Amino acid sequence: MSTQSPCVDADRTDTGKCIVLDDVHFEYPGGVVALRGVSLKIGRGETVAIVGENGAGKTTLVKHLNGLLKPSSGSVTVDGIDTRSKTVASMARLVGFVFQNPDDQLFQNQVAREVAFGPRNLGYPTERVEELVKWAVEQVEISDLLPRHPYDLGLAQRKLVAIASIVAMDTPYIVLDEPTTGQDHPGTEKLGRLVARLGGAGKTVIAITHDMEFAAAHFARIIVMADGKVILDGTPREVFSRPAVLERAAVEPPQITRLGQLLELGECVLDEGEFLQAFSRRLAALKPSHEHEAGQPARPEEL
Amino acid sequence: MDIVVDSLTYTYPGQAQPALKDISLSIQSGELCCLIGANGAGKSTLCCAIAGFVPHFYKGEMYGSVTVGGLDTVQSSIGNLARRVGIVFQNPFDQITGATLTVFAEVAFGLENLGIPRDETMRRVENALRKVNLWDLRTRSPLELSGGQQQRLAIASVLAMDPPIIVLDEATSQLDPAGTREIWQIIAMLHASGKTLLVAEHKMEYVARHASKVVLLYKGGIAACGSPRDVFGKADIAAFGVRRPRFMELMSGLAREGLWQGEMPLTLEDAASALKKVAQS
Repeated sequence: MSTQSPCVDADRTDTGKCIVLDDVHFEYPGGVVALRGVSLKIGRGETVAIVGENGAGKTTLVKHLNGLLKPSSGSVTVDGIDTRSKTVASMARLVGFVFQNPDDQLFQNQVAREVAFGPRNLGYPTERVEELVKWAVEQVEISDLLPRHPYDLGLAQRKLVAIASIVAMDTPYIVLDEPTTGQDHPGTEKLGRLVARLGGAGKTVIAITHDMEFAAAHFARIIVMADGKVILDGTPREVFSRPAVLERAAVEPPQITRLGQLLELGECVLDEGEFLQAFSRRLAALKPSHEHEAGQPARPEEL
Repeated sequence: MDIVVDSLTYTYPGQAQPALKDISLSIQSGELCCLIGANGAGKSTLCCAIAGFVPHFYKGEMYGSVTVGGLDTVQSSIGNLARRVGIVFQNPFDQITGATLTVFAEVAFGLENLGIPRDETMRRVENALRKVNLWDLRTRSPLELSGGQQQRLAIASVLAMDPPIIVLDEATSQLDPAGTREIWQIIAMLHASGKTLLVAEHKMEYVARHASKVVLLYKGGIAACGSPRDVFGKADIAAFGVRRPRFMELMSGLAREGLWQGEMPLTLEDAASALKKVAQS
C-alpha cells in the first residue's frame, strides 16, 4: 500500500505526470447538473477511493478522466493532455476504465481472449500481449480462469475478468467503478491486494466504492462527494474523523471507527489495533481516579 | 410454512462436481434464515432448489428431497410452487419483465397471468407498492428506476402474489448502502408480519442483526447452522470464506486481551453499550 500522504504525492506530480481537474462543471443533455465545480490533482502511484451516495456525481466524475465525458466548463488534463483534444480511443492508452457492470464490457468466448483483447487492440506485438495477459491475471489472481468462458462464471468472477482485461492494457491510470460490488470476503481481499500491487508498481488506482472498510484499509486517499462537489479530500483518518461532514454525503465511517466515535474515544481509530490501544488508554485514564475514590493507595509507578 | 431439505445432493448438467452435497436443513414457519458463504459455496443453488428452479428449470441430477409446506418440489409444477415460494434475484434486470410500461403494471403482471379479478389485483398491487415505498413512483417506467428502486419493485411483484415463503438471493449485492438499508427494512417488516424468509447475503452486519437462523455453506455442504451467536461465535469462520462483522472481530480481540468478557453482541450499538459498561465499572 502507498503510505505517502496526498501532499507528498502532490509534490511528486510537479513533473506534469498527473491528472488535473480544474473547476469542472458538467450538465447532462437532459439538464441534470452532475458536477458543480470540481478541482482535483491526482498524481502517479496514488491510490484514491471516491465515495458518496448514488447521484453524488462519482461516476460522472470518473468518466471525465478518460474523456468518455467532456466538461461543460472547466478542464481535465491527463499528463498535460486536455481530454477535449483527444478521442476516447487515444485516451485508452493512458487511462484504463472498468465499468460497474462487467457485462457491459465482456464479449469474448474465453477469458484468455477477453484479457488479450485490450493490449492487442493497442497494437502490442503477440509476445508482449502474452506477457501482459499473464501479468494481469496474476495481479488479479485469476490465472485459473484463463481457459473458461466468461459467461460460465458467476457475476463476481466476471467482474474480476473485466478488471484483468483492463489491467492488461498496462495504462498508468486505472479507474475501477465499484469493484467490490457482489464480491465475497476473499474476492474483496484479492482486490485489496491488487490495489496495493498496482500502487506499488507506480500506477494510479482510482476506485469508486461504497465499502468504507475497503476504502479505509487499501487506499491512501479518500475523496468524498456530495451533490456534484468534493466535500472532503484526505487520508482515511482525516476523512473519517469528520462524521458530521460525512453525514451530509450519507457516508458512514467503517464499523471500528463508528464504535470508537460512539464510545467518544476522542481520536479516530481505523482498525482493531488502534481501537485496542485507544480503549486501553481510556481504561488506564479512568483507573487512578476510580482507585482513589475507593480509598486505595496509588501504585508506586504513579508516585 | 415450513421448508424441509433432506439429504439433498444436486449436480448441474455437464458438471462433474455436485453444487450441493448432502444438505439437510429445516426452516420453521416464520423464520428469517440467512444463507452465508463464499461465492460458489452453493447459496444460489440452494435458493433455486427451494423455489423449484432446481431441478425443474436447470435440470441436472438431484438426489434427496425438498418439501415446502409438505409439498415435494420435484413432484410439483413451478407454477404451483410459485404460489408458495416467491424469489428475488441478485440482479433486478433478470427479474423485470421488460413487457410493462409502468411500475404499477409490472406488479400487476403476475396477478393478471393468474387470472385474479381486477378489483383484487388493484388492491394487491397498491398494498405491495406501499409496503416497498414505491407507490409514489407507480406511473414511472420500471427501466427509469435506480437499482435499489428496481430491486424494491422486484420484491413488490413477489409480495403481490402473497406467497408464504420469500427467498432473496443476494438481493442487496448490487446496491449502495442506502439501497441495502431499505431492502433490509422490508425484510425485517416481512419477518415481523410472519413470512418465512430465506435470505442469501454477504453483508454480515445485517445477518447478525436480523437473522433468527444462520446457515454457513462451504463447498456445497453445511459448515455451520444455528443462531447468529452460534455461527458467528465460531473462531474459525474465516476459513470458510466469510468474515464476521468487524466489530465482532474487535470484541473477540478485546476478550483475548482480557479487556471485556460476556455474550457476543450482535449489533454495533450493543457492542458500544457493552464497552461503555466496561469503562464505567
